[in-house]
Amino acid sequence: MNRRLMWRKSVNAFMLTLTGLCALVSVSVLLVVLGYLGWNGWQYLSWTFLTHLPAPVGETGGGMANAIVGSGTLLLIAALTGIPTGLLGGIYLAEFGGKTFTFLVRYTADLLNGVPSIVMGIFAYTLVVLPMRHFSALAGGLALGVMLIPIVLRSTEDFLRAVPMPLREGALALGASKWKAIATVVIPASMRAIATGALLGLARVAGETAPLLFTSFNNQFWSHGLNQPTASLPVMIYQYAISPYADWHRQAWAAGFILLMLVLVANIGARLILSRGSPALRG
Amino acid sequence: MGNLTGSEVVVGVPGYDRSLRDSEREASQSVLKIAVSHLNFHYGLRQVLFDISLDIADRKITALIGPSGCGKSTFLRTLNRMHETVRGTHAEGEVLLDGQNIFEMDVVRLRRRVGMVFQKSNPFPKSIYENVAYGLKVNGMARRGQMAEVVEKSLRRAALWDEVKDQLHKSAYALSGGQQQRLCIARALAVDPEVLLLDEPCSALDPVATAKIEDLLFDLVGSCSIVIVTHNMQQAARVAEHTGFFLLGKLIEFNKTDIIFKNPARKETEDYITGRFG
Repeated sequence: MNRRLMWRKSVNAFMLTLTGLCALVSVSVLLVVLGYLGWNGWQYLSWTFLTHLPAPVGETGGGMANAIVGSGTLLLIAALTGIPTGLLGGIYLAEFGGKTFTFLVRYTADLLNGVPSIVMGIFAYTLVVLPMRHFSALAGGLALGVMLIPIVLRSTEDFLRAVPMPLREGALALGASKWKAIATVVIPASMRAIATGALLGLARVAGETAPLLFTSFNNQFWSHGLNQPTASLPVMIYQYAISPYADWHRQAWAAGFILLMLVLVANIGARLILSRGSPALRG
Repeated sequence: MGNLTGSEVVVGVPGYDRSLRDSEREASQSVLKIAVSHLNFHYGLRQVLFDISLDIADRKITALIGPSGCGKSTFLRTLNRMHETVRGTHAEGEVLLDGQNIFEMDVVRLRRRVGMVFQKSNPFPKSIYENVAYGLKVNGMARRGQMAEVVEKSLRRAALWDEVKDQLHKSAYALSGGQQQRLCIARALAVDPEVLLLDEPCSALDPVATAKIEDLLFDLVGSCSIVIVTHNMQQAARVAEHTGFFLLGKLIEFNKTDIIFKNPARKETEDYITGRFG
């Protein structure tokens, strides 16, 4: 009896140590990556980097102002195309859809979420770049927007489903039509959560490089219009990191740092929105 | 169900010949508000209501009692077609509201006339004021100037005004359980319904809050018909003019409340009321 108890206690201790160790490893890998990026990026970050165009090849200095603005433009186009589509689609799935069609859309969206992002690039390349005959911010933004659709769709659907049924019934019982009940009660009750989902989705596609390589391409100068090749932070990092110049490497670190900050701010913002919380979801 | 003692019956009972009793009905001044006849209800393939016929009197309280799962809530929900929010439900038969078949009416208009209060209070995550104003807004019923007036009147009718008049713009979630349920009643009253359906409105409330809501029902019954589903038999006995007893999807007995409780015609009713099963 006593030996059995000892055995059980030691198994317990062993498993506890093992799981704790693995948790520690995963966290420390993350911390090392973040720390290394933070240390290097912060070091090379400067006002010039934020406000100047890239220097010509061979010269040192210069910045990535065009890539920062370019990334913003791409994300704006992505948000304008991806968020409304995903949002309304999610509303349909949660509130109106029948069984088969809903299953089909949900399944496709999950599949789309797992599709390698470069495939989205090819899609936008075929759809926009080929007919327009040149790279453009529009094509890049669209590629990111298409990636955003399934993310926003699924998060919107999940959050709407979390709104308690009695709230819907309360509205319907007062003579609200179905759409009115959704628009005035269900969506406001989960608005913060839905906004958070969209923001996190945007943060995720902000770091995508592959779909931009042959859609928005790159640009060493300011882009003149949405139908022109446009610089973006991820592509800039890619290009600078594989270059042979030490100065470009330093700038790639700084760009990585900016990107990290962007994602961090989006995440913190999302958490702040969520923690203030929708009362209906907190119950 | 032909073995009911007819002489005491005021409003209709299944299999009861209404035409013969018209004079009696007038004498007792019970006017028909809702007439249900031969209502059958299915959840998918499962039938949950069997051939229900009963009449609901105007400006009276009708209570529906019976053990859990007997179909009384389902019956209540068909009266304003709330059952349609659940996929795969099917109701057949006739439900007449003032002589009009509700299944042929516009559902939005029906629900404005037949309001509902649910088992668990379900205020919207909005302010107290907005909760009460909601029905008015979606139905386009009051102009901005009148809105505040109707909100106050509704809260007064729900006996909540004095408790909330200084915090109308606070979240409805800040109220206690009993207050929330009265807010839901106020919200339903704002659109001035002709019939108010209450689905076990006190099941989550303490006795004090329950008493307040019961008092409220007596005040309201002058202006609308009330149908209340309750598990609490004392409550049915206290508030209702008529009581119906449901068992396994059938309406076993429907009569004046004191007859149901003192001299029920059916053994099942007596067994349930005396606590022999349920």
